[in-house]
Amino acid sequence: MRVDLEIIQEWIQPGSHILDLGCGDGTLLDFLQREKRVTGYGLEINHDHITTCLRRGVSVIEQDLDNGLGNFGDASFDTVLMTQALQVVREPDVMLEEMLRLGRECIITFPNFAYWRLRWYLIRRGRMPVSQALPYTWYNTPNIHFCTFKDFEALCQEKHIKILNRTVVDEEYRHRWLSQLWPNMLGQFAIYRVTR
Amino acid sequence: MPDSLPPDSVGLVEPRTLHFDEPLPLQGGRSLPSYDLVIETYGELNADRSNAVLICHALSGNHHAAGYHSPEDRKPGWWDTCIGPGKPIDTNRFFVVSLNNLGGCHGSTGPTSINPANGRRYGPDFPVVTVRDWVDSQARLADRLGIDCWAAVVGGSLGGMQALQWAISYPDRLRHAVVIASTPRLSAQNIAFNEVARKAITSDPAFRDGRYYEDNTIPRHGLMLARMVGHITYLSDASMGEKFGRELRDQAFKFGYDAEFQVESYLRYQGERFSENFDANTYLLMTRALDYFDPAYDYGNNLAEAMRQAQCGFLVISFSSDWRFSPARSEELVNAMIEARRRVSYAEIEAPWGHDAFLIPTQRYLDVFSGYMTRISEEVADAR
Repeated sequence: MRVDLEIIQEWIQPGSHILDLGCGDGTLLDFLQREKRVTGYGLEINHDHITTCLRRGVSVIEQDLDNGLGNFGDASFDTVLMTQALQVVREPDVMLEEMLRLGRECIITFPNFAYWRLRWYLIRRGRMPVSQALPYTWYNTPNIHFCTFKDFEALCQEKHIKILNRTVVDEEYRHRWLSQLWPNMLGQFAIYRVTR
Repeated sequence: MPDSLPPDSVGLVEPRTLHFDEPLPLQGGRSLPSYDLVIETYGELNADRSNAVLICHALSGNHHAAGYHSPEDRKPGWWDTCIGPGKPIDTNRFFVVSLNNLGGCHGSTGPTSINPANGRRYGPDFPVVTVRDWVDSQARLADRLGIDCWAAVVGGSLGGMQALQWAISYPDRLRHAVVIASTPRLSAQNIAFNEVARKAITSDPAFRDGRYYEDNTIPRHGLMLARMVGHITYLSDASMGEKFGRELRDQAFKFGYDAEFQVESYLRYQGERFSENFDANTYLLMTRALDYFDPAYDYGNNLAEAMRQAQCGFLVISFSSDWRFSPARSEELVNAMIEARRRVSYAEIEAPWGHDAFLIPTQRYLDVFSGYMTRISEEVADAR
């Protein structure tokens, strides 16, 4: 199992009610359903992903995150998850507030744009970084709101969001001690657990 | 029927009639002393009777959902696109039961049947039956077939309402409900269209207060009008535009009031054909059943509370161009299920054909439907 998912599942209480925003093909929810007996839903708009979720027995709702989450009630979930989707939504700050309205806790993962390889790419080539993890060019990327580990910390501080856990993993989703020392430089993906 | 049977067809099928002697109490306060239900089945029931799927029909549907009655049939059953070997409701995996509902005009007891009280046809004396009553009668059918728990109850439009009602009325008797192009209740506009249809029928002089059988006539004209207005609500502006546009039957305007536009003659043709094959009293009854359906009503107008009764998993599907029961109505239902913390999946299928889209095999529709049904068949197999 990918290390980021491994880390996330440790933060999920058994039997809890979960909302996974941008659930993809349902890998995480499927795992959590089997291993942690969680209930809940994934939201997704990719047609193939939705079909895969249905085949897996993951409850999936076709809903565009950019249209808001107004159809979900306050505090209706134990944990609201968003893995690798914060950078694609139109208003990440509003999304973060909404997630905290719906869930007691939120888990968010995103690519850290201050990762050293991305910095080096920009310095060396003077062009927007393209990597295996971020394979798009600037004009066709769905990733419209890049941020760094530090940026996210600043946003949380500004919005008085309490950070319960933070960690980073590298490109192979490894969880190395060195990257924990200098996350903004050495962490490729940031993983946060936050609450109000 | 095509010259050779397609490999994904259930083939030649035969309806059968089951008689029920135990009186059925109805929501309206009356009861049916005895009744017949006509059914068709496709596929094989497994040893522990856990692979049964119930198909619920919509307003003008019946028990003939798939396959052909004879090699001479021009068209297969009404949902042949979704029922058969390798299709979403895969008859290699499931035992499929399809019935004609009470009040229908295709063999199950309805207004055209003989009233045992007086030996005459029921006509307007046939009690108004509701979606809840249908589901009660379907539960008796399940008892008769030895099915304790359906793998799934499936339906589109009015059929979806029955699937929903099953989940509320008999929560422990179905594993899944598939609710397609449906709504938790009719809107004022929906009821208004039904009222126009009913008024068209009842104002036809040949209707004779519903006793037209006795005079050996039918309110053909009224039924035709009812179907014409209904049919418009099943299509979309875009699909009618695509199919007919402003095309004329002849080259030029005739400055009269006959059917000059293609869309006019299409509607007239549909209406006429329908009026020859459908009973007017049944049409009144089916539209009334639609109007009355409102499961939230019994739970303080709280749909989430109604959904809390359910134990099954749900798949809800809507179609982008359906304005009769629009995606927003399905979302209303899905949101109530989410609030009630029920297991639910939802997909909105992009399709231009309006409400009728649920009968048309769009690739994505088939993928979503198949994906969910395949999962059910695996679940059933695992539980054995």
